[in-house]
Amino acid sequence: MRLALDILTIVAVSLGAIFFLAGTVGLLRFPDTLTRLHALTKADNLGLGLVVLGLLPQVSGPLSALALLAVWLLALLSGSTVGQLLAGKAAVPDPDRAPTLTPGAGASHD
Amino acid sequence: MNDPTLFGLCGAALVGLGLYGLLCQPGALRKILAFNLIGSGVFLLFGVIALRGGGVLAAAGRGIDGDPVPQALIITGLVVAFAATSIAVALLLRLAETSGRTTLENEAPPAPSLPGERASRPDGES
Amino acid sequence: MTNALIVDAALALLVLGLALWVIATRAAYRAVVGFVAYGLLMAIIWVRLAAVDVAMTEAALGTGLTGLLLLGAAARLAPYETAEFDRRPGRGLRVLIGLLCAAVTLGLAAVVLLLPAPAPSLASLVADNLPPTGVGNPVTGVLLAHRAIDTLLESVVLLPALIGVWSVAANPAWGGRPGSLPRPPASSALTLLAQVLPPFGILVGIHLVWNGADDPGGKFQGATVLAAMWILVLIAGLREAPALRERRLRVLLVVGALVFIGIGASGIWLAGAFLAYPEGYAKPLILAIEAVLTLSIAATLGLLLAGPPAGDRPIGTTS
Repeated sequence: MRLALDILTIVAVSLGAIFFLAGTVGLLRFPDTLTRLHALTKADNLGLGLVVLGLLPQVSGPLSALALLAVWLLALLSGSTVGQLLAGKAAVPDPDRAPTLTPGAGASHD
Repeated sequence: MNDPTLFGLCGAALVGLGLYGLLCQPGALRKILAFNLIGSGVFLLFGVIALRGGGVLAAAGRGIDGDPVPQALIITGLVVAFAATSIAVALLLRLAETSGRTTLENEAPPAPSLPGERASRPDGES
Repeated sequence: MTNALIVDAALALLVLGLALWVIATRAAYRAVVGFVAYGLLMAIIWVRLAAVDVAMTEAALGTGLTGLLLLGAAARLAPYETAEFDRRPGRGLRVLIGLLCAAVTLGLAAVVLLLPAPAPSLASLVADNLPPTGVGNPVTGVLLAHRAIDTLLESVVLLPALIGVWSVAANPAWGGRPGSLPRPPASSALTLLAQVLPPFGILVGIHLVWNGADDPGGKFQGATVLAAMWILVLIAGLREAPALRERRLRVLLVVGALVFIGIGASGIWLAGAFLAYPEGYAKPLILAIEAVLTLSIAATLGLLLAGPPAGDRPIGTTS
């Protein structure tokens, strides 16, 4: 039983890490703000979710498990909100922010 | 080399980097950022000293390792650093609002439509 | 051990790389974004240095609130940036400054490498004297019992800082509503976040303060979370920031320091020294101070972030 739980942890956390990696690559390589946001929020939701799922068998009690789940849910809430706000910004260019938030001026450096 | 020494060297490098930014970046906001880096490096050095002084509490079964006195002072320092940063930002925004510039030179800058003139004067002392 | 060292070395390199980014990148906005990432990695380093209380403060205050403050400033100052870049020191001067800064770094590095071998420590003193305070978290014990004077001075020094921020306001704006917070256009997502998150955030803040007695956490971390929730509500436009001339607000700002000073002064008669706690009452008194101080610090931090008053007009119409 213990072994099975440990294996679940390893598999889920590794999968989560892969999602984070893929999301980061997407953030760096995708062409415009909306697709980058897609990659980023996917990594946040699924990657963090899988990491939390993997850590659940390792916690000491139900309270710690609840805390982990709360971390995931709060990250989901804030991540989706920020995604909405950034997407809104990207869809309606704001003259004030244009020099700093235009796609291409972002993190896509080699 | 062990972990605290590694982070101590990292803190020393942060102080140097921050100092360079503070002196070389003409924009006041960048200077504020650089100053925060210096502070961060100093805190890190202090944290390394705290970790080296620890061990006693862990041995006494308190769980947390590290000397709590420097750690408490770092927390105090972080709060004061935030307060100082907020004053600096408020002053800077007011400076930009009233004088239209964000650098710390004494003389008024030439009209912004003539960037060529400024490029010829390399020395931007603060 | 070697695995840990590899991870730590990677962490240190990442932090140094981000610091370089903060110093060297062209746009201030990008530098601030780098600074936020830097702060979060710094919090991990604090955990690695067995300073969980510091890690929480760094993440919440040093990164969260400071990041928000600097992001707002960078966005507002973006139009001035091209003029700034032309005023850099010349190449020769930059090289000279770089060499001198490298010398500072080398000196500090030598100090780190030559630290005295049996490290001087107050930890055993704290461990011996923690039980009488009734507090389980040594950092909280130091902050509120052994070095209470530092904490008192710090909570007092936040007030002059706030007055300093207020005092840059234009004369007619004095006493009005603070005007530095960004006010994005109304958006249902932000409104939802500002309605759903604060109850949890307030709970987390109180939990941090309450837990701080025995586990990592404390009033500064808790107060930062409370301040962040308040700021979120203000940014989303669900509430208007209070006018700074309001008497209730000003009482809230000073009540923490006043209670701290009052209890400390009563220690002169009851326990024989300023800021000493009478035998057996240390824990309840510390908790009382923490509770009131948390409210005052949260209000002060929030108002520091909200900036100087900008008159009584609604925030969106100024500037």
